[in-house]
Amino acid sequence: MKAKATTKTTYQIPIGPIHPALKEPVQFEFEIDGERIVDVDVSLGHVHRAIEWTGMHRNPIQILYLAERICGICSYCHPMAFSLAVERIAGIEVPDRANYLRIVHAELERICSHVLWAGVAAHEIGFDSVLFLTWQIREEALDLTEYLTGNRVTKAITMIGGVRRDITPDMLPRIKKSLKVLKDSFEKLRKIYLEDKTFKMRSQGCGILTKEDALKLCACGPTTRASGVKKDVRIDQPYFAFGDLDFDYVTPDVLTGEVNGDVYDRIIVRLLEVKQSIELIERSIEQMPQGEIVSEPKIAKLLATLKKAKGEGIGRMEAPRGEVFHYVKLNENEYPYSWKVRAPTYSNILPWIPMLKGQQIADIPIVAASTDPCMSCTNRVTILKDNNKYELTKQELHRLSVEKTRRLMK
Amino acid sequence: MAKGLSKSFKKALWVYHCNSGSCNGCDIEIIAALCPRYDVERFGIKLVGTPRHADVLLITGPVTRQMVEKVKRVYEQIPDPKAVICVGNCGNTGDVFFESYNLVGPIDNIIPVDVHVIGCPPRPEAIINAVAKAWVKLETLEAKK
Repeated sequence: MKAKATTKTTYQIPIGPIHPALKEPVQFEFEIDGERIVDVDVSLGHVHRAIEWTGMHRNPIQILYLAERICGICSYCHPMAFSLAVERIAGIEVPDRANYLRIVHAELERICSHVLWAGVAAHEIGFDSVLFLTWQIREEALDLTEYLTGNRVTKAITMIGGVRRDITPDMLPRIKKSLKVLKDSFEKLRKIYLEDKTFKMRSQGCGILTKEDALKLCACGPTTRASGVKKDVRIDQPYFAFGDLDFDYVTPDVLTGEVNGDVYDRIIVRLLEVKQSIELIERSIEQMPQGEIVSEPKIAKLLATLKKAKGEGIGRMEAPRGEVFHYVKLNENEYPYSWKVRAPTYSNILPWIPMLKGQQIADIPIVAASTDPCMSCTNRVTILKDNNKYELTKQELHRLSVEKTRRLMK
Repeated sequence: MAKGLSKSFKKALWVYHCNSGSCNGCDIEIIAALCPRYDVERFGIKLVGTPRHADVLLITGPVTRQMVEKVKRVYEQIPDPKAVICVGNCGNTGDVFFESYNLVGPIDNIIPVDVHVIGCPPRPEAIINAVAKAWVKLETLEAKK
């Protein structure tokens, strides 16, 4: 942005650099003119755990454990994308039943993640009772996850060439019960998020990302679909058994008939995806064929196969936040020669710049949260004005946001 | 629970949660502990937005090199008496990242830890138990005065 030659001076707010939620910590520098954001700068790469480097000293089975710990919320899609890449290199055929089981877990993770996000978004605009309501619903999804995998957060269900646990017929009533509870609560959520006055006021026309910008900046996942770009790896390049299931892109015009690309549209997309995921789980449980759940149950034998494998492969998956991409190169060695991970938030950070320009400071939390960046703590913010330094905490930002909601309610 | 302590909390424990580079797993379990299913707010335990208001520091993550100074600063900002709880395997031992070149942790090397919670991630029950243990420490300090 060019600095305007006016008497008004802009001042800067740095946020971060501590944003350790995902692999990508982030630092913002906001140019502020009064209440309006004039310019945003983003810098990446502060918290770095050297996961890819560590991975080059582990064998592929050990990497599954490591990849699970890239992100606690996407703890299924990272190891799964890694195993998709390795399977492609070693030419491992995944049994049909395992492909359907993989869909069940992937969609269950999407439900957990989107409902979690809905709660965070409610918290950001000061609607804490909805945060508690959504997290109560999320506990139901977590119970189901625990029932199917044995864990609440890190699921340890992935195995190269299949999955580690089967769904037996006696488990079905319990699964159906949970899905029914989720479906019923979905109606409740839809009413709150799409019809409530407070949500509409704070989210409509706020943080707009146009279709052109979404394409130009390579946004992915619900963020780009909310701008009307039809992009979903599940449909574009079907993996697992998604090719067998007939479903469509979720864009906001399905519900409202128009695409604005604002925060409200992102809420619509995520909510409809929760519903879609419940349906996908039901259908894949129905269509699931009988058979093996893993191509090679003996891990020593599998490792020996992988040790002989040579070549490079990619694994693409539609994670809850967008496309996750793993590149692996095996070189007839115990450890991979190279491993590269690109998480969806990486693509979704640059779109923050057009979204935030022209918004108010009080809108930063909800706009930033609307791309679902795993923002666990925005830490401290310092406002520099006339060289007098004073600190703006996350609490303060949150207070500003709550105040704006109250002001609009009047 | 230790003997000789009052049945009810003398004061509501306020907790500050600091993430030093964790994967989010422990952090969502901490928030899950605050939400209706586990609902620690009924005991007066609540998350606060700044370390200056806190009695207890919940710290997650393996402490990457860039986070060391920030963790120290957060610890120093909490008024005495204070208790530190380290949540999750990676803060306690380094766990899966132990050999990484960018780690300074475990957290023991940087600030004194009172309660260690293991698990990757620990269940919300374990986190609530740890906060209760930290409360025992704070009450004991109070009794000594």
